[in-house]
Amino acid sequence: MSVDPVLSVRNLKVATAARRPAEILKGISFDIHPGETLCLVGESGSGKSVTSLVTMGLLPRGELEVTAGEARLNGEDIVAATPARTRALRGADMAMIFQEPMTALNPVLTIGLQMDEVFRAHRAMRAPDRKAAALEAFASVGLPSPARIHDSYPHQLSGGQRQRVMIAMALALKPKLLIADEPTTALDVTTQKQILELIRRLQEEQNTAVLFITHDMGVVVDIADRVCVMRNGEIVETGEVEKVLSAPRQQYTRDLLAAVPALTPRPARAPHSQDRVLELIEVNKVFSLQSAISRLLGREGHSVHAVNNVSFRLERGRTLGIVGESGSGKSTVARCVLRLEDPSSGAILVNGHDIAPLQGQRALAEARRAVQMIFQDPNRSLNPRLRIGESLIEGPMNAGEARVAALARAGDLLEVVRLPRDSLDRYPHQFSGGQRQRIAIARALMMSPDVIVADEAVSALDVSVQAQVLDLLAEVQQRQNLAVLFITHDLRVAAQICDDVMVMRRGEVVEFGPAGDILARPQHDYTRALIEAAPGRDWDFAQGRRIPEPA
Amino acid sequence: MSLTTSAPESPRRRLMDAPPHWTTVLASVVLIAIVLMALFAPVIANFEPTSLNAMKRLKPADATYWMGTDSYGRDLFSRVVYGARVSLMVGAGVALGSIVIGLPLGLLAGWFRGLDAVLMRMMDGLMAIPGILLAIAIVALTNAGLTTVVIAIMLPEIPQVVRLVRSRVLATRSETFVDAAVLLGTAPLRLIWRHLLPSTLAPLIVQGTYIYAAAILTEAALSFLGVGIGTETPSWGNIMAEGRLYFAMNPWLVFWPAIVLSLCILSINLLGDALRDRLDPKMKGRSA
Repeated sequence: MSVDPVLSVRNLKVATAARRPAEILKGISFDIHPGETLCLVGESGSGKSVTSLVTMGLLPRGELEVTAGEARLNGEDIVAATPARTRALRGADMAMIFQEPMTALNPVLTIGLQMDEVFRAHRAMRAPDRKAAALEAFASVGLPSPARIHDSYPHQLSGGQRQRVMIAMALALKPKLLIADEPTTALDVTTQKQILELIRRLQEEQNTAVLFITHDMGVVVDIADRVCVMRNGEIVETGEVEKVLSAPRQQYTRDLLAAVPALTPRPARAPHSQDRVLELIEVNKVFSLQSAISRLLGREGHSVHAVNNVSFRLERGRTLGIVGESGSGKSTVARCVLRLEDPSSGAILVNGHDIAPLQGQRALAEARRAVQMIFQDPNRSLNPRLRIGESLIEGPMNAGEARVAALARAGDLLEVVRLPRDSLDRYPHQFSGGQRQRIAIARALMMSPDVIVADEAVSALDVSVQAQVLDLLAEVQQRQNLAVLFITHDLRVAAQICDDVMVMRRGEVVEFGPAGDILARPQHDYTRALIEAAPGRDWDFAQGRRIPEPA
Repeated sequence: MSLTTSAPESPRRRLMDAPPHWTTVLASVVLIAIVLMALFAPVIANFEPTSLNAMKRLKPADATYWMGTDSYGRDLFSRVVYGARVSLMVGAGVALGSIVIGLPLGLLAGWFRGLDAVLMRMMDGLMAIPGILLAIAIVALTNAGLTTVVIAIMLPEIPQVVRLVRSRVLATRSETFVDAAVLLGTAPLRLIWRHLLPSTLAPLIVQGTYIYAAAILTEAALSFLGVGIGTETPSWGNIMAEGRLYFAMNPWLVFWPAIVLSLCILSINLLGDALRDRLDPKMKGRSA
């Protein structure tokens, strides 16, 4: 390419500013040209976000520092620039959008005021001109009724709208470089698809260079021109996206691609048991948001029908996936099954007994044994102050098992989840996220449950770790003949592990049936939209080729 | 399978690494000196704090009377030394008492939502009455002894402790490990003890030091107003109250107890700050 790169990073090294510095970036180099999208892809701790912070001049002072190398924006070294100069460049020549649009916007200022700041800081414009420019920027990112958005507060907008506002603010001054750090990770798939299309379109209009940071290979397929695979602060492989994905040169890239679950459902397993362990009959959950005072005055309250007439059955040894976007009520169903919430009506049969009317830990003791849970965030689901052993034996000891016997069993189960037996005496912070999720699985198994509810149990994990945890889950399911209720937003994961799939939207079941039927031949429009929005759906990661469009 | 080693350290380690700031060291030295002074008051004081001497009224400081004498000819140094006993005991009594009563109430209010509404409105009511007025009323209605004064100062402090503990419980109960414990069948009281109590302790210890310091001040204020402990038992507050009348003639009657009182409060507050910084990693490096 003959054009000069917009951003040119050369041999960039970043280390922690501690007494014994640890290298976070070990000398990385890359270029981005105008109109090009470069994806930095890697697992957590690979240094991809630090790269973007260096470029924006946002490294946390006193914690991380650049030790060598340069990052040239249009030929100007940002690493050596004065704070005043980087401030001027930020917004005007380079801009950034973040993962969580709610925290990136100030909740107490209107959107218009925050947009206005962008123009005031960088351009000598009069107030009416600034407002006109703001409205134009909102219109350009496809926000409905820009005037209303202008006067809204961040909490009045949806997640997708907030991210559009962030993009409008980032691109308002037509910067040469846009840095997007996991901009769609916190969004639903259908919203993600729209945002990715928007970034693509604006990039083409303005010929912006985009540095896109993600951990999601599917997103890479959809948006990248070129890709840099990062690991432990180094770029292990770089190249055109099709080349890297179809013929990876490095073993690490191959492993990463192999870990991406395929969107085509796995072959169906034959049902081998008619033993129904869990059945929901017309379960409803209504959250009533009524204050005590308005209840006293008999005033009508505001209520949310989070779960609307949900029924399903689950047999021993089977996996049922509940799929849906945020707010679909899938987690509320799980919390009702676990009796962390009280269902408003309906029956929840565990091994044939209705647990919906039971109250109090003593009455629920048998249900607690039979139904166990694995949580989304393994960093929060283990008490950081308790040794692993104590966490594991808590349930059995509540059920009256002797301490010594429970500890012996805990040691055995740690070996089942492939952790050393002496982990019993360690604290949670001494383990990685994937290891902690194994411990959480062991804790659930300690109760010898019949059903395991896994609420987004792998979505906080890196893909390679995710694959290991899913394999482990499949293994213990086989070994103990467990039923698994798997709640996920990720259709790829659902396709690989579920026998049956239930699609939910706004508290209602949209579609329910065998995974193969639902994912391969969706009947409902919403299911179809979900599948179409799955990132990278036209790429076969296992084969390393584009999936031909069905005629 | 290798275990990660770069994970954050356990709280106990954090308390001990890195040498303390010099102000912290100085504050500990001052506080230890005052505590020793109170413990060994009979040895340190060169006179009985109550022995009168009409010949030696309002003497300035000299080799015999290190801080001079008061209007009854009592040795001021001995009175300040003995006064430390009352002040430190009031502080300890109030701090321990308000925590012993406030901690369980806060834990229960944070966990049982029904109880919370009732309990916290009671606490709001208690907080609406100015602390020192409440204390004056209680002391005025009963005999002013050490126990009464401690109770009078403690009552208005209880809502503070309850609110602090409750807010910690509310924050902790949203952690999924609490949900996990519910699912493991852990009974409510055991769950509170095992999973919620530990996270409240660090801020509570820090709050305790502030209550300790505030109680000493309030006791001094009560004594100064004449509703505290009688002057036959010297406390820093009532020494100052008496000295006030002769302030024009010998201001040191007020200055000496005031200096010791200020040093004591300052030391306790500095130690409280240091403790907070150590126990709360987020505050690290923000204050000196």
